[in-house]
Amino acid sequence: MNINELTIKEAHQKLLNKDFSSEELTKACLSQMDNVDTDINAFVTRTDDIAIKQAKEVDKKIQAGEKIHVLEGIPCSLKDVFCTKGIKTTASSKMLENYIPPYDSFAVKKLNESGMVIVGKVNTDEFTMGASTETSYFGVTKNPWNQEYVSGGSSGGSAASVSANECLYSLGTDTGGSIRQPAGFCGAVGLKVTYGRVSRYGVMSMASSLDTIGPITKSVEDSAIVLSAIAGQDKNDSTTPDIKVDDYVEYLNKDIRGLKVGVPKEYFIDGLDSEVKMAIEKNIKNLESLGAEIVEISLPHTKYAVAVYYIISPSEVSSNMSRYDGVRYGVRNPESNDLIDQYFNTRADGFGNEVKRRIMIGAYALSAGYVDAYYKKAQKVRTLIRQDFEKAFEKVDVIITPTSPTPAFKIGENSDDPLKMYLADIFTAPTNLAGIPGISIPSALSSGGLPIGVQLLAKHFDEKTLLQTAHQLEQVIGFDKSRLSL
Amino acid sequence: MSKQKITSHEVEKIAKLARLRLSKEEVEKFKPQLSEILSYVGQLEEIDTQNVTPIQQITGLKNITREDGADQFEEQEDLVNLSAETEDNYIKVKNVL
Repeated sequence: MNINELTIKEAHQKLLNKDFSSEELTKACLSQMDNVDTDINAFVTRTDDIAIKQAKEVDKKIQAGEKIHVLEGIPCSLKDVFCTKGIKTTASSKMLENYIPPYDSFAVKKLNESGMVIVGKVNTDEFTMGASTETSYFGVTKNPWNQEYVSGGSSGGSAASVSANECLYSLGTDTGGSIRQPAGFCGAVGLKVTYGRVSRYGVMSMASSLDTIGPITKSVEDSAIVLSAIAGQDKNDSTTPDIKVDDYVEYLNKDIRGLKVGVPKEYFIDGLDSEVKMAIEKNIKNLESLGAEIVEISLPHTKYAVAVYYIISPSEVSSNMSRYDGVRYGVRNPESNDLIDQYFNTRADGFGNEVKRRIMIGAYALSAGYVDAYYKKAQKVRTLIRQDFEKAFEKVDVIITPTSPTPAFKIGENSDDPLKMYLADIFTAPTNLAGIPGISIPSALSSGGLPIGVQLLAKHFDEKTLLQTAHQLEQVIGFDKSRLSL
Repeated sequence: MSKQKITSHEVEKIAKLARLRLSKEEVEKFKPQLSEILSYVGQLEEIDTQNVTPIQQITGLKNITREDGADQFEEQEDLVNLSAETEDNYIKVKNVL
């Protein structure tokens, strides 16, 4: 096995054993990027020199016999919406194509403190708006399992770079499914945390009541490791409460006998791919074999979740995107007569179609005469969706669902049909609306050779039960990544 | 609300509110897409929400405050220099009036 194919846990052990150095591990990742990334297109900006420098620092510590953090010297990628001081951060948009942040986001600061090695910033749908990474200004990121297919979105670059072994983990963002769905499409593990579990300071906002930050990794254990490093309260993000960060890694192997697992009937709809359905049914049996109790539940407002999401999120987007006016940062249209002309031209020029579409939907939904019918109505139905979950979690501890209705779709298949693309979020959006955590783990390959993800959901701030269940399910599944050949 | 078909005039009006310059072709291109999306999300109309409160802060936080004081940002010059045009540590823009 090539050393860039290892998990964080495995690589850490081998670094301690001096089987190889962090510099060697980093070079293996950079080499893989040389081999595959012209095709895959996961990376927007490579940071080879910085990575080698960081790796050498870690190697010095190891040589000196100093104790190192489990993430120390382990190469990672970061979705290109995480501000990284001195490293270009573009949101995969023309608007910010040359933007270099003067500060680090909180999550990046925490990873730096844990000895991070960053190999590059990875591709996303423009300003994280999309489900396929096709709206990126820098072109689509291809699925490592079959390059005619999308890697998913919006954290397509994160999922593909991990799945293609260009790095050992990545950080992404999830607002309506943007970590879980690409992780599902690429055969990786994607964790969406409880809203507020991880600070969003320094991460470019899309929809402020829905955005979350989380890891994309090769294993659930790795996910628990990364989460432990970045979770917690941050005074710069008032939505991060002072709630204890559990010892997620410690909890992973605790017995799940007697755990109650809910199966929501509304997630088993007509449009569900038969192989996806089979994979979920198999996993329900897997959980039973581990001693879990299966409980049929109902989440009656599930079918409205996409509609609620596509009112609330564009509304918040229309507000968050208003800062991009060419004044303080970003591109500025030079041929303008006056300031307002400059706003119109800069924004017409800098934003792609999907961003413009969502800004307009949001502006409409919030405008006088329509705000009650659209935005306020959506806020009320959001309460009902949240209540569905609250009632369900009185009866069960976790909920199992498919991650997506189908495996990855072909590049170009949905890109002309915005509404069809939105429906890809059908199983993931409810989670963001309720603010609860969810995880997607790989469960099978389709007959076409594409990964199928299974999703687990848990209560607010109960990532420990979520990760525990996912870890043990993962062991039973034994997903075989060796069939991925690049 | 459900059968909402947006007009070209409305698209132009929203674009103006959102400070987006759209060509005539773009208006015609976005119009059916926006209509279809608005039609889809309009299905919420059928739900009875008379006795439902709109969602509050999703994890139940209330009144998180901080001292209303200024902090010094270290890289002040870097911040100003992010702008396309600057003069004497000021950000320079076109005439407002």
